[in-house]
Amino acid sequence: MSVRFYQVGSFAVGNRLVNRSDRTVQSDAERANSLTSGHRACQGCGEALGARYALDAAMRATGGQMVAVNATGCLEVFSTPYPETSWQIAWFHSLFGNAPAVATGVAAALRVKGRSETRVIGQAGDGGTVDIGFGCLSGMFERNDDVLFICYDNEAYMNTGVQRSGATPPAARTATTEAVGPQPGNSFGQGKNMPELAMAHGIPYVATATVADLHDLEDKVTRAMELHGARYIHILVTCPLGWGSAPGDTVKVARLATQTGLFPVFEAEHGEVVRASPIRRPAPVEEYLRLQGRYAHLFDAAGNPARPDIIAALQAMADRNIARYGLLETEAVAP
Amino acid sequence: MLRQIEGSRAVAQTVALCRPEVVCAYPISPQTHIIEALGEMVKKGELSPCEFINVESEFAAMSVAIGASAAGARAFTATASQGLLFMMEAVYNAGGLGLPIVMTLANRAVGAPINIWNDHSDAMAARDAGWVQLFAETIQESADLHIQAFRLAEELSVPVMVCMDGFILTHATEQVDLPSQALVDSFLPPYEPRQVLDPAEPYSIGAMVGPEAFEEVRYLAHARQLTALGRIGELGAEFAETFGRDSGGLVHPYRSADADVIVVAMGSVLGTIKDVVDEQRDAGLRIGALGITSFRPFPIDAVRSALGSARHVVVLEKAFSVGFGGVLSTDVAMALSGLPVSVSTVVAGLGGRPITKVSLRGVFEAALRGESERLTFLDLNVALVERELERMALQRRSGPTAENMLRDLGVVASRIG
Repeated sequence: MSVRFYQVGSFAVGNRLVNRSDRTVQSDAERANSLTSGHRACQGCGEALGARYALDAAMRATGGQMVAVNATGCLEVFSTPYPETSWQIAWFHSLFGNAPAVATGVAAALRVKGRSETRVIGQAGDGGTVDIGFGCLSGMFERNDDVLFICYDNEAYMNTGVQRSGATPPAARTATTEAVGPQPGNSFGQGKNMPELAMAHGIPYVATATVADLHDLEDKVTRAMELHGARYIHILVTCPLGWGSAPGDTVKVARLATQTGLFPVFEAEHGEVVRASPIRRPAPVEEYLRLQGRYAHLFDAAGNPARPDIIAALQAMADRNIARYGLLETEAVAP
Repeated sequence: MLRQIEGSRAVAQTVALCRPEVVCAYPISPQTHIIEALGEMVKKGELSPCEFINVESEFAAMSVAIGASAAGARAFTATASQGLLFMMEAVYNAGGLGLPIVMTLANRAVGAPINIWNDHSDAMAARDAGWVQLFAETIQESADLHIQAFRLAEELSVPVMVCMDGFILTHATEQVDLPSQALVDSFLPPYEPRQVLDPAEPYSIGAMVGPEAFEEVRYLAHARQLTALGRIGELGAEFAETFGRDSGGLVHPYRSADADVIVVAMGSVLGTIKDVVDEQRDAGLRIGALGITSFRPFPIDAVRSALGSARHVVVLEKAFSVGFGGVLSTDVAMALSGLPVSVSTVVAGLGGRPITKVSLRGVFEAALRGESERLTFLDLNVALVERELERMALQRRSGPTAENMLRDLGVVASRIG
C-alpha cells in the first residue's frame, strides 16, 4: 500500500514540519478527546469537528480543570442519547436558551467554593446563541462573568430540521425560508452580527474562527483561556445536511466562506478589533454558493447564475466585510 | 429572639442563616425586599461566602441557580407571578434534574389584567413542575419553612418553593422569632450534592432520554415527592424540638375533630378563617378548619383522615382553573373519594381582593345550612359582569374588557381601592 500525500489547496503547513510546541492539540496522543468517537453526528458535521478541537484545546489550556455547559441542539442531542455519552469531561445540559446563565451559575459556585482554577465553557449553536439564548448571553457578557462562550454557527436550526435562525444568511434556503417566490430563500435584512454585538459589551476577548483553520481555532481557544471574564468565540461550522454540501467538502466550504469575505475571521479585545486574518486567496461568492444546495435556486440547470441580482447583493456583503475588517490589506497570493 | 420585623426581612435573614452560597436576584413585586436584603448582607460581608448575582430575567435567575446547584453550591432565589411564569421552563428543568434549589414565591396574581396583589394563581401554575410547594400561614412560618426547605431539598434532591402571600406576609411587620446561627447550623448540615459537576469525576448531566426510560426517570421524581410526604412531617417535628415552635408539617387541623363543616385553605387567609371559626364555635356551630401546608406533595391520606368525618367541606381557594373551578378542591375531592362528604369550592381573594370576616361568615353559615353551591366566587360583583356581557352581546367591537369594567365602576386603572 502506498502512502499518498495530498495537496489540500490551502497554505496549511504539515503538522510534522512545525515545532512540537506549535503542533495542534489534536496531534498530541495525550489530547483529552473531550468529545470522543461514537457520537451520532452526521457525516462531515462541522459542529462535531469544531467542538472537538475547541474543547480539547481548552482542556489542554486548563490542565483538564474545566466544566462545559451545553445548550439544547444538535451537539447536545448527538452526543448524549441516554444512556450513552460521548463527553469525557464534566458536562451539563439544562435548556435551549439558558446555557450562558447556567454557565454563570457554575462559575459562581466554583468561585464561592474556592475552586476558581476550574474554568467554565458554555456552548450552543447559533439558535441557542443569537436567538433564544441571546438575553442570557448578553447578561453574562454585561456582568463579565468568568465564562468562555462558544457559538457553533451553522446558520440555522439544524436539529429541528433546518429552520431559519437570526444567523441565517440572506437568500439561503431553509425549511421556513423556502426557495420560492420572487425573493427565494431568506430575506435580506440587517442581520445579527453576533461577534460585533459581543464586542459592544466591551468584554475582554471576542474571536471568530472556522473549521477550515483548526489550528487558528485552537490558538484562539488557548488565548481565551489565558484571560478571565466573559469571552466569546464564534465558530462557523459547515452543516452538510442543512447547507446541502457534500460531507467531504466541510472544510472546503468553510474556507471559501472566509476567502470570499462572507465570514471575516478576526480577534477583538475590549471591544476593539486587534487582528484580522487576511484573505490569502480571494474567491468570488459564487464559488462558495455553488457548493451548497441551500443556494441552488440562484443557479439554473446549466449552472449559470439564474439570479445575478441576488448573487451581486451577496457579493456586496462580502466586499463590505473585506473593507470593514481590512481583509485584503496584505498582499493577496494568486490562486 | 423576638424582633419586630417586616416579613421579607425576616425571610431574608432566615435564608442568610441557612448559608446560601449563590443567590440570584431579579426584581419583581412583591418579593423584591427579600433579595434586596440578601444583597445588602452579601455586600456588607455579613453573608459570606456567598455570590450575589443580579441577572437580567427570572429565566436567568433560575438558570443561574441551576448551574450553581449542579456545581455543588446551595442556591436560592425568589420570585412571584409573571416572574415565575417567565422562568417556568427552568423551573421544570430544576425539578426534572432534581436540583435542590430553594425559592421563595411571594404569591401574586397572574395577568392579564396585570395586577401586583396577592392570590395563588402563580403557585398553581407551577403545580406540576416537580417542586415541593409549601404554603406559609404566618410570617413566622414563612421564615421557618425556609430552614426546613433547604434541609428537605438537599436530603431528597428536590427543589422546594416556599409560598408566602405577597404583601400580606411579605410587607407586613410583626414580631418574629429569628433563630441563632448555631441553632440553624445544628438543624441544617452543609450541602452534600448527589450529583456534581467536577472535572475529577466527569459526569454528563442532563442527557436526552427517550421512551425507553423517560417514564421511569419521571416516576423517580414522583417517588422523591412521596418520600417527601413522610419527611415533611418528621422535619416539622424535629424543627419543633430544636426551635421550640410548630412550623411546617403537612396539614394543620383547627377545631375540626367533631365539625360538620370544615373549611380548607392555604396561606395567610387561614388566620381570618380561624377567627370566624372561633366566633361560630362560640355560637355553638360545629365548624372547623384545615390548613394545608404541603400542596405538593399533596398529603392525600392526611387530608382524608382530617376531613373524613365531616358532612361538608368548603375549599377556599385564591386561584381557579379557568373553565373548571377549584384546583385545590380537585385534590381534596380526590382525597375524599368514596366517603359521604360533599365538597364545594369558594374562589376568593383574587388579585388582592380582601377576604372579610363578614363574607366568610356568610359562606360558612350557608355551608352549615347545607346550602353550598358547587362553585362560588366570593363577593363577585355580578352586576358588573352582566353589564360587560351585555355590552359584548350588543356589539362586536365592545372594547377592552378590563377598561370597560373599570369605567363602569367609576375608577381608573391607576387608582384602585
